[in-house]
Amino acid sequence: MKMNKKHEVTMEERYDSWPVKAYTYSMIIWGIASLLYGILISLQLVYPEWNFGEWFSYGRLRPIHTNGGAFGFGLSGIFALSYYMVPRLTKSPLFLPGIAKLNFWIYNFTIAAAVITLHLGFSTTKEYAELEWPIDLLVVIVWVLWALNMVGTILTKKVDKMYVSLWYIIATVLGVAVLYIFNNLAVPASLFKSYSLYAGVNDANVQWWYGHNAVAFVFTTPILAIFFYFFPKVTNLPLYSHRLSIVAFWSLVFMYLWTGAHHLIWTPVPDWIQTVAIAFSLMLIAPSWGSVINGYMTMGNNWEQMKTNYLAKFFIMGITFYGLQTLQGPSQAIRSISSLIHYTDWVPGHVHMGTMGWFAMTIMASFYYVIPKIYKTELYSVKLANTHFWLVFTGQIIYSISMWIAGIMQGAMWKATNPDGSLKYTFQDSITASYPYWDLRALGGVIFLAGALVFAYNIFKTIQKGSNASAKTEGAV
Amino acid sequence: MSDQQVNTLERKPVILIIVTLVVILIGSVVTALLPFFMEGMEVKIDTVRPYTALELEGRDLYMREGCNNCHTQTVRPLRDEVLRYGEFSKSGEFAYDHPFLWGSKRTGPDLARIGGKYPDSWHVQHMVDPRSIVPQSNMPSYAFMADRPLDGSTIQSKMEALRTVGVPYTDEEIAAAPATLTGKTEMDAIIAYLQVLGTMINKAPVETVTDSTAVADSTAAPADSAAVTPAEAR
Ligand code: HEC
Ligand code: HEM
Repeated sequence: MKMNKKHEVTMEERYDSWPVKAYTYSMIIWGIASLLYGILISLQLVYPEWNFGEWFSYGRLRPIHTNGGAFGFGLSGIFALSYYMVPRLTKSPLFLPGIAKLNFWIYNFTIAAAVITLHLGFSTTKEYAELEWPIDLLVVIVWVLWALNMVGTILTKKVDKMYVSLWYIIATVLGVAVLYIFNNLAVPASLFKSYSLYAGVNDANVQWWYGHNAVAFVFTTPILAIFFYFFPKVTNLPLYSHRLSIVAFWSLVFMYLWTGAHHLIWTPVPDWIQTVAIAFSLMLIAPSWGSVINGYMTMGNNWEQMKTNYLAKFFIMGITFYGLQTLQGPSQAIRSISSLIHYTDWVPGHVHMGTMGWFAMTIMASFYYVIPKIYKTELYSVKLANTHFWLVFTGQIIYSISMWIAGIMQGAMWKATNPDGSLKYTFQDSITASYPYWDLRALGGVIFLAGALVFAYNIFKTIQKGSNASAKTEGAV
Repeated sequence: MSDQQVNTLERKPVILIIVTLVVILIGSVVTALLPFFMEGMEVKIDTVRPYTALELEGRDLYMREGCNNCHTQTVRPLRDEVLRYGEFSKSGEFAYDHPFLWGSKRTGPDLARIGGKYPDSWHVQHMVDPRSIVPQSNMPSYAFMADRPLDGSTIQSKMEALRTVGVPYTDEEIAAAPATLTGKTEMDAIIAYLQVLGTMINKAPVETVTDSTAVADSTAAPADSAAVTPAEAR
């Protein structure tokens, strides 16, 4: 990725920054919204009287939080950064800039429609695929429009070789398309009600093939694309091994699809499917850690950047949480461990190390790099960025650790038996014992939100600074 | 992979796209598609029948309210679980579940065997005010369902849609459905659904349904569990 500095500047002018700028706003808006929903549902578990009528009851709000986080915050960030990266990596202007605008508006309409319909109770109940069929169709349109620009720009590339980030973008485009369509096949009964094409065991199996690969193709492959692009940029260090990144790419993209049934351990899904999923989950450690090691080795002899370069700190902690996540995940797939922690609060603990620690950390850090670049200015405040780092880090640690403890406690209480073989605790006992941890989790969420607000403020101030400066220079001309 | 092959993939996006797609599809076909055509995926249980119109409406309300976010519907073949909830779940029990509602999180107890555990009046009181029965409960109140008339206007198109995906509703059943819903409230419907959950295997001999999940060492023999009534278990 060496290139002539002067050449880069002139190229820079040809890249359309509109989509990057627009998605920055939608990322911040949906991000804050989904965090607020998250805090509300965490409080509802402690104060059930906070279920305000049917439109604001926990069962309807939880999917708004998860969809809002993954597809409102996450996809906005991924779209913004991909619209930034892909033209630069291909040295080719965006294939269809007009379509990128259309993409933005339809996308935001879709997310807004998703929020409203989920409030109204239109839900298929399939996790991360709760949206009813008319909204599913909108999602497909959004995806096709984004794919057109990504694939189109890559096909018209002006460089010889494609950097690994482009590989991961291609995998994301394809993976989500295949998964989303097949999991959502349904027969409509009315405008906002449909029934899954599949039943029972098969439906569960297809759903978790999808569910786990939402982890693969929303929470992992696009974020690795982002990591491998921005991490070398912010540290000013060349990627340790291109070859390792390629080997990790193929093994990851191959293995992920086999692991869905690790969400269905001990259920009526046939044993062999569970066993295959467990085996592939364990093997997934290798490609996952291939990326982690590539990140660490890139630092080489420059670990002092952890102190001197705030962005190195974000990215290194991000990839570290990815590494922890991909050790914890495979262990959860093992039958004996699953029998203890499945269905408990341990799982949200796992989820949030991934979403808060890896996914959000990496996305947000990239914006600290991108926003000053496209507004031709410096970041408003590195100090605030450090404050942001420590707040989200603390919030996430409180969240994950409190839920891990609560989860093991719940699992152990459910299992405990008296010497005569009868059950030791009622389910109600486990609820009583969980309240202190649910309090703590809400606290962790509030601290994380504070960090996100500091991030948003810092970004807005930077945008303001850049816009003011460019207004001045234009006035001078 | 030889350097030659890597070079081709690095330079030719169309080839990269095709190869990536194929690689993604291999695991998908084996673990998600093939099972549809395999015996043993779903072991038929003769006593399992499609939901009645009222139960179906109740199930749709369960989905509307997202009860699945706090309740699972699969009893695992583990000793404690069989003691707590009853007979472990069998694949054939879910033959008409479009979609499945197994859930992934137990903020509240599993409901796979809730049918018949309590009288209807218990459920009414619990749904209206869960804390009047279990003080430490964090389940939301569903008082708004108590007197709300059930909107059964789409029941026939619902049953027809389900028939399209394979639920064997007869023309007569579909024709008679609206009449069975007149005068019912949303509460009537969801309780009808809760009361049928897990009850359809009662008459099935145990041998014919022990299929998929091997009963591991930590597991009570299913036959014993039948002796444990749910009331004792809690
Ligand atoms: C916030 C999570 C939550 C949601 C949402 C929720 N519940 Fe519950 N539910 C619980 C908890 C906790 C308990 C255990 C304490 C109690 O009995 O209230 C429970 C208990 C129950 C029980 C009694 C189980 C038993 O074996 O004693 C039933 C029946 C039930 N819920 C039905 C429902 C239905 C139907 C819905 C959706 C309309 C629903 N729940 C939504 C948390 C929830
Ligand atoms: C090697 C990689 C990984 C493996 C094998 C793995 C494994 C698992 C398993 C077994 C579960 C289910 C736990 C249970 O319900 O008992 C789970 C849940 C989950 N994981 Fe991971 N994990 C991995 C990495 C990740 C990463 C990187 C993320 C990123 C955010 C992530 C996000 C999630 C989410 C969102 C769920 C919750 C699903 C639900 O709603 O139940 N995982 N994971």
